[in-house]
Amino acid sequence: MYLHEFQAKGLLREYGLPVPDGGVASTASDALRVAKELKGEKWVLKAQVHAGGRGKAGGVKIVQSFSDVYDESTHMLGMKLVTHQTGEDGKIVRRILIEKATNIKQEIYLSFMVDRDNEQHILIASAEGGTEIETLAESKPDAIIKEKLSAIKAMGAYQGRKIAKKLGLKGNLLNKFSAVVVKLHQVFMDYDCMLLEINPLVVNSDNEIVCLDAKITVDDNALFRHSKIEEMKDYGEMEPQEVRASIYDLSYVSMEGNIGCMVNGAGLAMATMDIIKSFGGQPANFLDVGGGADENKVREAFRIILTDPNVKVIFVNIFGGIVRCDLIAKGVLKAANEVPGDKHVVLRLDGTNVAEGKKIINEEAQTSGLNIYAADTMADAAQLAVKLANEPAPNAASAKKKGGSK
Amino acid sequence: MSILINNRTKVIVQGLTGSQGKFHAAKMKEYGTNIVAGVVPGKGGESVDGTPVFDTVEEAVRATGANASIIYVPPAYAADSIMEAVDANLDVCVCITEGIPVRDMLAVKRMIKTTGSRTMLIGPNCPGVITPGECKMGIMPGEIHTPGTVGIISKSGTLTYEAVKQVSAYGLGQSTCVGIGGDPVIGLKYIDLLEMFEYDAQTELVVLIGEIGGQAEVKAGEWIKNNFSKPVVSFIAGQTAPKGKRMGHAGAIISGGDDTAASKMKRLAECGVHVVELPSEIGKKVAEVLGKI
Repeated sequence: MYLHEFQAKGLLREYGLPVPDGGVASTASDALRVAKELKGEKWVLKAQVHAGGRGKAGGVKIVQSFSDVYDESTHMLGMKLVTHQTGEDGKIVRRILIEKATNIKQEIYLSFMVDRDNEQHILIASAEGGTEIETLAESKPDAIIKEKLSAIKAMGAYQGRKIAKKLGLKGNLLNKFSAVVVKLHQVFMDYDCMLLEINPLVVNSDNEIVCLDAKITVDDNALFRHSKIEEMKDYGEMEPQEVRASIYDLSYVSMEGNIGCMVNGAGLAMATMDIIKSFGGQPANFLDVGGGADENKVREAFRIILTDPNVKVIFVNIFGGIVRCDLIAKGVLKAANEVPGDKHVVLRLDGTNVAEGKKIINEEAQTSGLNIYAADTMADAAQLAVKLANEPAPNAASAKKKGGSK
Repeated sequence: MSILINNRTKVIVQGLTGSQGKFHAAKMKEYGTNIVAGVVPGKGGESVDGTPVFDTVEEAVRATGANASIIYVPPAYAADSIMEAVDANLDVCVCITEGIPVRDMLAVKRMIKTTGSRTMLIGPNCPGVITPGECKMGIMPGEIHTPGTVGIISKSGTLTYEAVKQVSAYGLGQSTCVGIGGDPVIGLKYIDLLEMFEYDAQTELVVLIGEIGGQAEVKAGEWIKNNFSKPVVSFIAGQTAPKGKRMGHAGAIISGGDDTAASKMKRLAECGVHVVELPSEIGKKVAEVLGKI
C-alpha cells in the first residue's frame, strides 16, 4: 500500500525525525490558511498523488506571497498531473501539501528496501540527491552507496556514520546524519515497509538534516497489524474497478485492451494475458479470482470486468485445483445472464470436476441462448477470444444461437 | 527416486482442525499420503477423521516419528508455525498459507540460517509438492499427475497444473513437482531444487516456470549454465504486465528494469535454457527436447 507524502511525513514526525513544517489542503482557501499559520515568506506547494516525477510535471511549486499561494493552489487542485509514472491518463490532484521552504545546502538520496535475494534490508544512498535512483543507476552507478542491514534488529549508528563519510559529510553532520538514518530504519521495521525513500534528504543552511520528501510503501500482507496505516488508504488513487475488487478480495489490475480476463491463480492470469497478446489481442485486465472462488465471486468478477466499456469478450480461464469447475460453471451461467448481448464469453475449464462443469455449460448454453463458447485448451480459447474481439459486434439475432463449440 | 518427498514421508498437518486443513488432509490421504498427525495448539488429544491431534510439533514427532509437515494456518500465525517445524528439525516443511508479512518471513529465514536446522522450507503462498504416485503434500489436483521423468519448479500454482497437464498429454510423467511460491521471501529457491534434481537419477529434464519481479530466475539461469547437466525448459509469466503494479502475487511486481519477463527470458535463453514464449508451448517443447516428437 502506498502512502501519500503527507502521511509518510506524519509517521516520521512521530519518531522525532526532522521534516519541514506543513499542512494539507484540499481547497485554495484552506491552502492559504495553512500558509498563514506556517508564517514565513516562502512556501512549497506539493501535489499529493501516488506517483513520482511530480516536480517536472508541475506538481511542485515554490511561491513567495499569499496571493501566489492562493492562485497556484487554485491551479494545482483538480489538475490532471501526468508524470512518467502515471501513464497518459494522469492523476487528478485532490490535495496539496503546503510546507515552509527549506534553504538547501546539499541534497542526498536515501532509501531503505527489502533485499529479497539476500533476505535482509538494504540502505541505498547517493550524494546525487534529487535525481531518481533509476536514472542514477544508469548514468552514474558508481555514485550509489549500498549498506546491508539486519531485517530483525535496529541498524548500528556506526553504519550510519560509514555512509555519511562516503557521502562526503563532515564534522558533527556525521552523527546528525547517522541519528536520522537509524530512526528511519526503525520506522521501516516498525511499519512493515517495503520501501522508504527520502529523496532528497537535505542539509539546510543551518547545517541541519531535513527529510524534504518521503515515500513509503507498506507490505499489504502486514496491514492486519497496522490499522492506523490501513485507515490512510486513499481509494481515490485507485481505479474504481480496483476498489470494488479489493472489497471482494479479488486481485484486479486494469489494462487498456478489450478482452476481459477472469482466471484463477496469479501466474495463470499473467500467462493468459500473455497468450492473448501473442495472438494479436489486447487484455483489458488482470483478474485473479483466487483459490476460494465460488459463485458469488465469479459473479462479482464478471460485474467488475463489465464496468470497463472497452470489454468485448470475457475470457474465463480456470484450472481447478481447490476450485471445482462445476461451481465455476454455475457461477459463470448466473453471471452471464447479466452480460449484454453484444459481448461474448469464452470459457476454458480444466482440472477438478471438469467433465461436470462442461456438461453444465453445454446444456445450459444451448437452452438459454447465451453467448458462451467453450474451448478445451488455453491456446484454442485465446485464439477464439481474439477472433471474437476483432469481429464487429454481433446483432441481437445471431447472438441467440451459440452453444459449446467443442 | 524423486526429490524432497516419497512414499516413506510421514506428514504432520499443522492447522488440521481448520476448514482448509481438514479438507486438504482428506484429499492428501485419498492420494495416498501418509498423514500421521495434526498439530493444533489447545486441541491435543482430539482427532480428525482418525488422525490424532497434538498440541505441539515436538510431541507429534515424538509420538509418530513424523519427518515432514504441511501448514494451513492463518497468515498472522503461520510464520510461528514454520518456526515450530524448523525447531523440531523436520526434513521438509510446506507452507500453503498466503499473505504472510515479509518481515515475518525474513525472521523465519534468519532462524533457519542461524540454528543449523535441517528443515527444507517450501513456500509460503504455494501449492505444495507432489511426487506422483507416492506422496502429495499440497493443494494440487492429484489426478492430473503421473509418475515420470520431468521435474517441475514453479512460482505459480495453476500455471504449474497447466504445465503438468501439457507434459502428461505427451505421455510424459513427472518425478517431483514443486511450487516454490509467489512471495518475495520464500524457503527453497530455484537453485536449491535444481541442485536436487541434478542428483536425482529419475529426472531427465526440468521445467522452470517463473514470473516478473526479483532476480531469482536470472540467478537460476546463471547457475544452470555453470552447473546443471540436464535440459531445462522455461516459461516466464507477465510479458504484458505493467510496471509498478502488483500482479496478484506479492512478489510479482516490476520494480526495476531487469525484472521484466522479456529481460528474464533473454537472460535464460543466453544461459542455454529452452525458453518458450507461450504458456501453451511448454508441453510441446519438453517433448521435443526429450526427443518424443
